[in-house]
Amino acid sequence: MHSTKIKTMLSIKNLHANINGKEILKGINLEVKPGEVHAIMGPNGSGKSTLASVLAGKELFEVTEGEVLFEGKDLLDLSPEDRSREGVFLGFQYPVEIPGVSMTNFMRAAVNAHREYKGIAPLSASDFLRMMREKSQIVEIDAKLTNRSVNEGFSGGEKKRNEIFQMAMLEPKLSILDETDSGLDIDALRIVATGVNKLKRPDNTTIVITHYQRLLDYIVPDFVHVLYNGRIIKSAGKELALELEEKGYDWLKNGEY
Amino acid sequence: MTKPIENAVVKSFIDLYIANMELITEGVSMTVNNARADAIEDFLLNGIPNTKYEKYKYTDIHALFAKDYEKYFASQNISVAQADLFRCDVPNLNAHLAMVVNGFYFGEPLTVLPNGAVFGSFAAASKSYPELFEKYYNKAADNAGEGLTALNTAFAQDGFFVYVPKGVILDKPIQVVNVLVSNEDIMVQPRNLFIVEDNAEAKMAICDHTLSTNGFLSNSVTEVFLGKNAGAEVVKVQNENNQSANISNVYAVQEALSRYNANAVTLHGGLVRNNVTVNLNGEASENKLTGLYLVDKDQHVDSRTVVNHNVPRCLSNQLYKGVLDDNGVAAFNGMVYVAKDAQKTEAFQTNRTLQLTDEAKIYTKPQLEIYADDVKCSHGATVGQPDTDQLFYMQARGIGEREAKLLQMFGFAHEVIQHIGIEPLRDRIDDLVNKRLRGELSRCNVCEMHCM
Repeated sequence: MHSTKIKTMLSIKNLHANINGKEILKGINLEVKPGEVHAIMGPNGSGKSTLASVLAGKELFEVTEGEVLFEGKDLLDLSPEDRSREGVFLGFQYPVEIPGVSMTNFMRAAVNAHREYKGIAPLSASDFLRMMREKSQIVEIDAKLTNRSVNEGFSGGEKKRNEIFQMAMLEPKLSILDETDSGLDIDALRIVATGVNKLKRPDNTTIVITHYQRLLDYIVPDFVHVLYNGRIIKSAGKELALELEEKGYDWLKNGEY
Repeated sequence: MTKPIENAVVKSFIDLYIANMELITEGVSMTVNNARADAIEDFLLNGIPNTKYEKYKYTDIHALFAKDYEKYFASQNISVAQADLFRCDVPNLNAHLAMVVNGFYFGEPLTVLPNGAVFGSFAAASKSYPELFEKYYNKAADNAGEGLTALNTAFAQDGFFVYVPKGVILDKPIQVVNVLVSNEDIMVQPRNLFIVEDNAEAKMAICDHTLSTNGFLSNSVTEVFLGKNAGAEVVKVQNENNQSANISNVYAVQEALSRYNANAVTLHGGLVRNNVTVNLNGEASENKLTGLYLVDKDQHVDSRTVVNHNVPRCLSNQLYKGVLDDNGVAAFNGMVYVAKDAQKTEAFQTNRTLQLTDEAKIYTKPQLEIYADDVKCSHGATVGQPDTDQLFYMQARGIGEREAKLLQMFGFAHEVIQHIGIEPLRDRIDDLVNKRLRGELSRCNVCEMHCM
């Protein structure tokens, strides 16, 4: 294996994906290295959420071409749970409610599945609860939420904070945050972004998928990519986000066609 | 039906009744015996329901009654070690313990608590408390409409009795362990009577168990009376072997401002039919019926509820949920009836089923019959497969597919369990259900019995 490949955390090459026979991703190329923050922007329907779902392993989508390597491993070959255990985290755009399953039971199952995968003994109940308490402070999530059923009856802001809380619990290497800013007021946005920044380490990576520049005021990206019609049509530094905010996407679309 | 049903099974029960009259009538009071003649007549008129009968359309019990079960009309000297009582223990549940073996009360016939509450043998109570039996016994049971209830009334000998006098609040729950144990296939017909008077409160946990692998047929009738502003919670856990059939008929009558919660959790049992009939006879009374059935292999669980809003301003809530696997069959038939003058009624009824295989079957029929014009009522049923969005969400957090499915089923079931108000029991049932869903439940705690 090349030394450059080892340095790359995520390598996406010519990725094509379909849903119900309709091609959504039409050849994505992306390289992500440890410590970097990437933002993926683009108009509605360009394939941003599809990319996130394909990386996390949602069966609904069929990969027809291309490869995705995560730390040199074929990511597409792994089950969704193994991708998570390897260190890939998807922050859902629409977090799912699971009535009757408490946050505590849910997180304990998740944390212990990760530990088992790594060959570590499960956490004791008291150590686990301590961990829950500590991590809940990062996103200023009410400890009471952890006694409730997963996302059930949570407000939009609570659901998004809960995603970041789970991210804190699982300590992923690669976090893909799919429109984590949608539906958030400015205070909730700040809390979520602060949480993400607190979890930032030199050896982990964040891909932020967003519509708006707003979130990028708080989570400052190293690279901004524009996804349009299933392809990345432009990549640049953080200044691109400001330019998009000002000029929209049309000038780029026109360049494409 | 006005014409007597002439068939061999009905005739065999009539013959049995006549042949054992002396034994059957021994040990109970006149009130109990006086009800028999009318009841056997009612049984003759109604017979044993078959599947042509709307209420039993999906559950063929007629064939069961035709089977050759032994019937005993006196308590047998079966040695049930006291230790067996604790085989059904619930950690941290501090309860008054009672036991019924093959339909006959086991142990000290009557326990009178310092606050005046009484529990113990139905037979003994009928003799010690004739005035209570005169007032309540057989007043709620629908012998005229239900052949099996009439059959029980005709043969009633013993069972469980609870009396909580006016204003008394039971300090701790009463746990009744119903045990079936025999070296032959037997039929039992326990008769229970619960009386909770005005402003009194009681909680009960009832565990139905089989302790041998024989086929058992149980046809029980329980009458529950709640006085004004009385409160009662009854949690029933059914964990019987798959060769057994359990038909229970509960009739509850509620006076004004009373609150009655009944929860039935069916973990195991070959054929289970739970009938509950509630009459809300006093204004502003509240009723909550919840049920959970976990059905796999060739099991069959049928829940039938009738809630009659006879007076204004009552509230009733029903939530029945089930998980069906393999060739399991379940049925739910719920009826909420709102009388013409029962204005300001609030009645809600929900049945949800998680169907895991194509072979499993659920028949669901939530019904509302409303004659008042100022009410708030809803009813509904859903049948679904495991939710793939929930599963993916859990897998995306590293939880394996099998574990994710189990968590989902557990969550589905927990929505019923959370209504149980006796906390240690709720935790215990959570644990049992968890084990049951994992296929690990072949016994309750330390019990030797393999109920699978």
